[in-house]
Amino acid sequence: MAGQSIAVPGVAPAAEVRQRSQWRMAFERFRAHRPAVAGVVVLGTIALLSIAAGVVSPYDPEKTALLLRYEPPSLEHPFGTDGLGRDLATRILYGGRVSLAVGLLAVTVAISVGTLVGTIAGFYGRWIDGILMRFVDMMFSFPRLFLLILFGVFFKGMTLPVIVTVLGLLSWMTTARLVRASFLSLKEREFVTAARSVGARDGRIILRHILPNSIAPIIVAATLGVAGAIIAESTLSFLGLGIQPPTPSWGNMLRDAPNEMEKGPWLAIFPGLFIFLAVVSINFIGDGLRDALDPRQVISGGRARK
Amino acid sequence: MGRYVARRLIQAVPLLLAISAVSFAILKVTPGGPLAAYEGNPDFTDDDRKRLEAAFGIDQPIPLQYVAWLQRFLTGDWGTSFASHLPVLDLILERLPNTVYLMATVFVVVLLLSIPIGVLAALKQYSWFDHVITGATFAFLSTPTFWLGLLLIVVFGLQLRLFPLGGMQTLGSEFDPVDRMRHLVLPVATLALVQIGSNVRYLRASMLETIGHDFMRTARAKGLAERVVVLRHAFKNAAIPLVTVVALDLPELFVGALVTEQIFGWPGMGRLFLDAAFRFDYPVLMGILTVSSALIVLSNLFADVLYGYLDPRIRYS
Repeated sequence: MAGQSIAVPGVAPAAEVRQRSQWRMAFERFRAHRPAVAGVVVLGTIALLSIAAGVVSPYDPEKTALLLRYEPPSLEHPFGTDGLGRDLATRILYGGRVSLAVGLLAVTVAISVGTLVGTIAGFYGRWIDGILMRFVDMMFSFPRLFLLILFGVFFKGMTLPVIVTVLGLLSWMTTARLVRASFLSLKEREFVTAARSVGARDGRIILRHILPNSIAPIIVAATLGVAGAIIAESTLSFLGLGIQPPTPSWGNMLRDAPNEMEKGPWLAIFPGLFIFLAVVSINFIGDGLRDALDPRQVISGGRARK
Repeated sequence: MGRYVARRLIQAVPLLLAISAVSFAILKVTPGGPLAAYEGNPDFTDDDRKRLEAAFGIDQPIPLQYVAWLQRFLTGDWGTSFASHLPVLDLILERLPNTVYLMATVFVVVLLLSIPIGVLAALKQYSWFDHVITGATFAFLSTPTFWLGLLLIVVFGLQLRLFPLGGMQTLGSEFDPVDRMRHLVLPVATLALVQIGSNVRYLRASMLETIGHDFMRTARAKGLAERVVVLRHAFKNAAIPLVTVVALDLPELFVGALVTEQIFGWPGMGRLFLDAAFRFDYPVLMGILTVSSALIVLSNLFADVLYGYLDPRIRYS
């Protein structure tokens, strides 16, 4: 480490060089993690095709064509058509927009709330910490899927903003615990004392000194959280309580699959295959990020799930 | 130890009270309720509404309603289902055994398979067996439970016609162990495969860490048989974190059973909850929410206590 900052003396402030080289080293470790790179490629392809769905596919995702019901996979319809004659591949791409957006946005909500709660609890400690952590305990003790179902029934199915909010507000607790733990250990370190001794205020210490040093576990938790959110959304939409048809999502496309399995088994296979591909890619990326950002950590057993 | 358990149990009481109070409040602000059936009925006057609200006790402020519910709950009166007019406790007790039956089978299958697989994968690290197992566990961990269930139905139920598509037994037939087994295979596989994936990953990582310790070399140097070294020295230590993981996963299995029960038409608690949710049947929802939250809290407590018991290095104060 010391050698690297000596390698470019006088070119830039030492702190900046070290910071850049740490991210660079992390990037190189990530690139060496082959499953993670494969995950980036697969997920990137699915995301790009979904964004470009209108250009890639000649079909309308919602217009029905009753003469083309239950067409098996063919050249015109690579994944076949559904019970209303709509091209399944097209619906999967449009559904990908919804499912991936829910995953990303729900995690954004969860990470924001979790970081805020974790920061306040870890930095200010004492009774605030006690109250907030009991609250986290309570939130953890709710069966998440049961509450999601209740809200789904309450809202008579969910629109994208609702599902993002509800999922986010039920999934921030892991991040809060991680951030709190990180703050508890970092706030006693010398560089924080040093910053305080030169007169830095709480806000500056939190934002400039402690948070940047706790970013690694947050990134990993966020990545795995996206996978968990995608599974949760698809489960909910599968039960008919998430995104409502005719808007396709990977979960609600499987809603009728149990009744259509004799007529079109492909309808039960392909939408789920895309959930699986997206989630597997994200989990691989999460694994790669964990190795890249925190090379000391060896055990990687757990994983975000609904 | 005894004092620690007692203190944790006492701490669990306010936690469970808070959870049930929040659940109660959530259910109260959602629409529906016992009078929903009369909405829009021209013969339903305001007087009727007031009379019925008083009869159901829902004209009181919500905190008072909660206290009244709690008092009845603690004396075993969990209310009456709006939909079936049966006592909630009876409904739950009727369904709970089916869910426990499914979970217990899954639990046994998971332990019987994940322990040898996890140990072998660690002992033969980087062999083809290890690679196949690592890949497979990762795949199952990334599969949504409901889709795995659908796939198993398509392949083994519809195409190969090996197993029935759902239910607990063939309709109209008497109980028959073979018939029951055939009905269990697919739902159990659905729940078990995901769980095995997570346990094997944990056990493998934990075994690999244990194998690196000095006491392993000492055990071998003493001339102990390899079998003894692996089972007595490595596995015993490596299994400690697994016990915690298994205990912590219990509630997840319970909640995950909801989706599986729905797909396979298994008449358990999960389906009871889903049916009740669609009918806004609050008393049933409240009962199930309370039971499952209690299960989560108790599993966490159980995991902590068990961990301390198995690993004497951990001391609780």
